[in-house]
Amino acid sequence: MANKLINQMALPKSIANIFAARNIITAKDALSLTEFELMELLDVGMAEVTSAMAHISEVVCPPCQTALLLMEQRVRNESLAGHLPTRLKGLDEALCGGIPFGVLTELVGPPGIGKTQFCLKLSLLASLPVNCGGLDGRVIYIDVESKFSSKRLIEIGTKSFPEIFHKKGMAQEMAGRIRILRPTSLSEFAESLQRIKVSLLQQQVKLLIVDSMAALVLGEHDCGASRQQALGWHVSFIKSLAEFSRIPIVLTNQVRSHIGDESLMYSFQAQSRPTKEDNPVTFDSHLVAALGINWAHAVTIRLVLESRSGQRFIKLAKSPMSPPLAFPFNITSSGIVLLDDDGIEMKGPEINTIHCQVKREKLDFGLLVHFSNLFSFTYSKQTKSSQKSTRTGTRKKLRWETETGMGGNIWRGDRELAPLTSL
Amino acid sequence: MFNEERFSSLITTSCVDLDNILGGGINCKEVTEIGGVPGIGKTQIGIQLAVNVQIPLEYGGLGGKAIYIDTEGSFMVERVLQIAEACIEDMSEYSHHFHKDNQAYGVKMHPNSILENIFYFRVCSYTEQIALVNYLDKFVTEHKDVKIIIIDSVTFHFRQDFDDMALRTRLLGEMSLKLMKLARNFCLAVVMLNQVTTKHIEGSFQLTLALGDSWSHSCTNRIILYWNGNERHAYIDKSPSLKSASAPYSVTSRGIRNSTSSSKRIKMV
Repeated sequence: MANKLINQMALPKSIANIFAARNIITAKDALSLTEFELMELLDVGMAEVTSAMAHISEVVCPPCQTALLLMEQRVRNESLAGHLPTRLKGLDEALCGGIPFGVLTELVGPPGIGKTQFCLKLSLLASLPVNCGGLDGRVIYIDVESKFSSKRLIEIGTKSFPEIFHKKGMAQEMAGRIRILRPTSLSEFAESLQRIKVSLLQQQVKLLIVDSMAALVLGEHDCGASRQQALGWHVSFIKSLAEFSRIPIVLTNQVRSHIGDESLMYSFQAQSRPTKEDNPVTFDSHLVAALGINWAHAVTIRLVLESRSGQRFIKLAKSPMSPPLAFPFNITSSGIVLLDDDGIEMKGPEINTIHCQVKREKLDFGLLVHFSNLFSFTYSKQTKSSQKSTRTGTRKKLRWETETGMGGNIWRGDRELAPLTSL
Repeated sequence: MFNEERFSSLITTSCVDLDNILGGGINCKEVTEIGGVPGIGKTQIGIQLAVNVQIPLEYGGLGGKAIYIDTEGSFMVERVLQIAEACIEDMSEYSHHFHKDNQAYGVKMHPNSILENIFYFRVCSYTEQIALVNYLDKFVTEHKDVKIIIIDSVTFHFRQDFDDMALRTRLLGEMSLKLMKLARNFCLAVVMLNQVTTKHIEGSFQLTLALGDSWSHSCTNRIILYWNGNERHAYIDKSPSLKSASAPYSVTSRGIRNSTSSSKRIKMV
């Protein structure tokens, strides 16, 4: 839109020539100057400039729709009026159907909490045929940290949809719809997205997953302002991709420990600032989502995954259409399972905080989180009936965690990893 | 009890406390900026206003239409429907309360007609944003019943892509002048939603609205939404006519409403 040529806008010849003579070729060139500056540059009267700009603006301006039209289009053309159901009843209800199309959904949480598990399940759900509640489409999975495990994917599929996966060849076909990309830098990522954009509709891609966005951005060498700017550009691009293709885009984000960030206030609040209570030295460490506040503004839905007192929660930290609910969940062989579909309504900014309650262990932090999650599984309050399954649950968990994250083999099987050059 | 003249240029926010500090509601003929951290409720207020501007005259509203300029893709149709339905329910309840005997006052609005009266523009670059603001003059001339223009958010496209900050300031300045002119000439309200950024002031980092110091002159009124403990509050940061005050509000499934801890009775508009 912005690059439309002025000489193709049916402006009166005289003024069109003047624009061209001063090297104002595209609409963007003209709109990047104030009318006063244009008047000086083109050496014409204000009235002429205003009328020319009004004409150019009308051409470049986005089309007008009504909210009703938007809704009707989505109900008519899109599966579930533009939602990808996650099969987690409570979450789907809160999100009015599931992960929404056309916007960015972020999953943020400490390592090992279940973000990749969630992504694997979503990829599967998108590839399933429509009569099974899926989108019957291809999935592009941007696997920055090499966490994708086809074996785990099939396991989730077999356990969640046994009737489909026991059919001969189904597993391979479903897995075959998921294309894995492994860019090593933001610029490679941008390039692959550009190539995807071109063939997006043709290839029937119905879901894009980026796991993880943080790893992609934080891996860049330069830091500070230029990194923020690069991120800003990419965010804008991904958002427009989401809108243009009307697919859901799910991105995962890491956490970092807060460095006094949370006590940020406005200047008018400074007068009534309460005394900063020092957190007693517990292991209830407060974490903050990485990538900064611009990123937090840019995502439409933010799902926070955290662990408190040994119980994992998935929280709707930012969602324009959902109440601030927290759902307790567990990870089983069939992926993420909610323990309670009603959810707990959280008050205040609590919905945004990320907890990672760890136990005292003399291990380094990364492993600490993993092991504490495992051990807390058995030590936390459980009903008698679930005690038995807990033990096996822990063992199963250990098995797949080894495969997916902690240096184990990533089974490639017959799923060919598409090299970037072939895109 | 209704003084139609007084109410005819104010758009309620559906939260009594917030309306009170605003002197009755969002004012037509003025540009109001509303800023806050992600998740505080900026888009919620934007959508609530787009619905409330349509409240018919007999209920103390303006019976107008809305223009919603979406620069970030935060406009979720599902949410607009929720808020529209709740608004109609509230009007029905009010009508039932005050006109128990008279059936003729039944509310005939349907949520779909509320959605139909919101003109939606999706802007994907700062060029489109400037072009749209230029075009609005013609659009509003052709749709004289538009009474509010909401820009959500005015910041997004101006935060990236700009190496020349001076140019950004000039373009923003021109855009805001055009918006002020629109507000005055067509007697409508312009509401701009803004993001926040951190700034190093007096040795510590503080939150402040984005787009720089010069931008703070671009609006008539400036409201900051923030968390105060567990409650959402709105603070009048700048206004020629309103006192600096703070009011609690809440975001519910029905839209923006009074804060639950507020002990005031709900005043029927």
